[in-house]
Amino acid sequence: MSIYIDERTRVCVQGITGRDGSFHTGAMIEYGTHVVSGVTPGKGGQTRGGVPVFNTVHEAVSETGANATIVFVPAKFAADAAIEAAESGVELVVVITEGVPTLDAMRLYQRTKQLGVRLLGPNCPGLISPGKAKLGIMPGAIHTRGKVGVVSRSGTLTYEVVDSLRRGGIGQSTVIGIGGDPIIGTTFIDTLEAFEKDEGTTAVVLIGEIGGTDEEQAAKFIKEHMSKPVVGFIAGRTAPPGRRMGHAGAIIAGGKGTAEDKIEALSDAGVPVADRPSEIPGLLRATLGR
Amino acid sequence: MKIHEYQARTILRGRGVPVPRFEVVTDPAEARRVAEEIGGMVVVKAQVHVGGRGKAGGVKLANTPEEAEQHARNILGMDIKGLTVHKVMVAHAVDIEREYYVGIVVDRATKGPVFMVSSEGGVDIESVAAETPEKIFKLPIDPVQGLTVSQAAQLAAHLDDRVEVVGQVAPVVTKLYNAFVASDASLAEINPLVVSPDGKVWAVDAKMNIDDNALFRHPEIAAMRDSADESDELRKAREMGLSFVKLDGNVGCVVNGAGLAMTTMDLIKFYGGEPANFLDIGGSSSPEKVMTAFDIITSDPNVRVILLNIFGGITRCDDVAEGLIEALEARPLSLPLVVRLTGTNETRARQILAEHGMESAQTMDEVVEKAVAMARGQA
Repeated sequence: MSIYIDERTRVCVQGITGRDGSFHTGAMIEYGTHVVSGVTPGKGGQTRGGVPVFNTVHEAVSETGANATIVFVPAKFAADAAIEAAESGVELVVVITEGVPTLDAMRLYQRTKQLGVRLLGPNCPGLISPGKAKLGIMPGAIHTRGKVGVVSRSGTLTYEVVDSLRRGGIGQSTVIGIGGDPIIGTTFIDTLEAFEKDEGTTAVVLIGEIGGTDEEQAAKFIKEHMSKPVVGFIAGRTAPPGRRMGHAGAIIAGGKGTAEDKIEALSDAGVPVADRPSEIPGLLRATLGR
Repeated sequence: MKIHEYQARTILRGRGVPVPRFEVVTDPAEARRVAEEIGGMVVVKAQVHVGGRGKAGGVKLANTPEEAEQHARNILGMDIKGLTVHKVMVAHAVDIEREYYVGIVVDRATKGPVFMVSSEGGVDIESVAAETPEKIFKLPIDPVQGLTVSQAAQLAAHLDDRVEVVGQVAPVVTKLYNAFVASDASLAEINPLVVSPDGKVWAVDAKMNIDDNALFRHPEIAAMRDSADESDELRKAREMGLSFVKLDGNVGCVVNGAGLAMTTMDLIKFYGGEPANFLDIGGSSSPEKVMTAFDIITSDPNVRVILLNIFGGITRCDDVAEGLIEALEARPLSLPLVVRLTGTNETRARQILAEHGMESAQTMDEVVEKAVAMARGQA
């Protein structure tokens, strides 16, 4: 089992003819994902790597039965492209694009919420259910099939953690990067809730970072609603206050959002927090009683 | 992007918010001329991108044009929290009866703009929020629907109970919201919003931060960028699309991804070292980016060793390795370099490095330990 995507997911790639879109379409297909269609306005009728290209998501969905899209469209048009997807009847929209204006992300969030469509991102690495499907830009080869769910605000740090899990012989049910922007669709809590329900997941790794209070809210949710063990990691213990660490959301402001606060909240919820990514497999084994 | 108070005032004035007359000047004689034109009492304010200007002596009242000139002379060139004052604003000083706070920020929790108003204006709103949070009234706004007339009235009524004042504050609130949306701001605030003894409402200070991701649709705001406040390193980094923050340690870091970059810093500290910087080279890995990153880091005299930590996902390790070799051949490094390249196309990357007598560490722990030891050995 896994969450949000599996071997039945039928994927449409928006921005399939672009540099990133075409490269990652190839990588997703190679991983075994069912990429059934692509969209680039004005390039309908062409094919890319054997995948038919359409002008609109509506056409792509009705012609190929896609039920999820992944968006590689440039930042200026990404929110509109994602809204088009949400209005076309897909269940999941994953926005990889970095640099989407915040007001556009707000509009996108409201529209997907209204339509009941799951939004992941923007500015996220996507998600992967190892051995089943990959809707994202993560290197597929480091992932192994298993029963640990991973959720993270970061991209490459997630790969680092997954690589540690692989070295430690721990496979994953689904690995999901929710993104580092101030306005994102799927949150820690949504994901924790899904992992709690998923029969194929026995434990969860939560990877947070400084800024905001999402980790504190996640800790509260874990304390009140989760029976499965969770192991945490927080990036940015050494980050100085008031300086934005790359991600728009990664800033300690007004004394809020420090790594200490988050670690304390998680510890209080019974979540052991690793000092280093390489300690995560050991903590997982300990919590699972192996 | 931060813009100056005078620029935010210009935007708000353009939207019809009542702003006391002002002009920005760069020399004392000009300040005197403006004070003469405005007449009466004026305030001379340093225009720099930091808070606490008043406490630092960067805000002064002047009764006469001569006094305004004198204040401008003192403030221009002044250092406020490490920033030099190059411009001052001379503005009509409004008589103050009451001071309010009105602001809008992007709220992660409600996924939309949230209004904050407080009858405790004129002071640092963060300390009000920390000490007496009940004095701040918050109202989330639906970004699709926008601010409604009744919400504007509700916010205004929270600040004052006089009908004629509420009647002036509500439109200011609406205009501030419109400016926030039209400028793609991430923060817009008026602190204080003043009621003068004659019952008039004035925006006496204004602050706006603009969403960097939206600057492409606001060339007029993008042009407001004041690079005088930006160090050479920061400007270079910004122009190359690198995200850089200078720190005080001696281990320079070049990493792809913000979360991994922070974790690299944390690990340096864990192994007993001190990071010299945060630097995220982002998704693409052109030789120019790597070269610029090295330039920025080597310009810091404290740095003893450079650590390159790349986990390839969208970034391909062989591209990074080739970029690295190209960068080093174009401009050999004066400092030792330790490398860890892993992920997409890792094998090919290791081959490329080996062909040039370099190697890559296997894990992040290994490369960080090595860098910290080298920084110590040579410190």
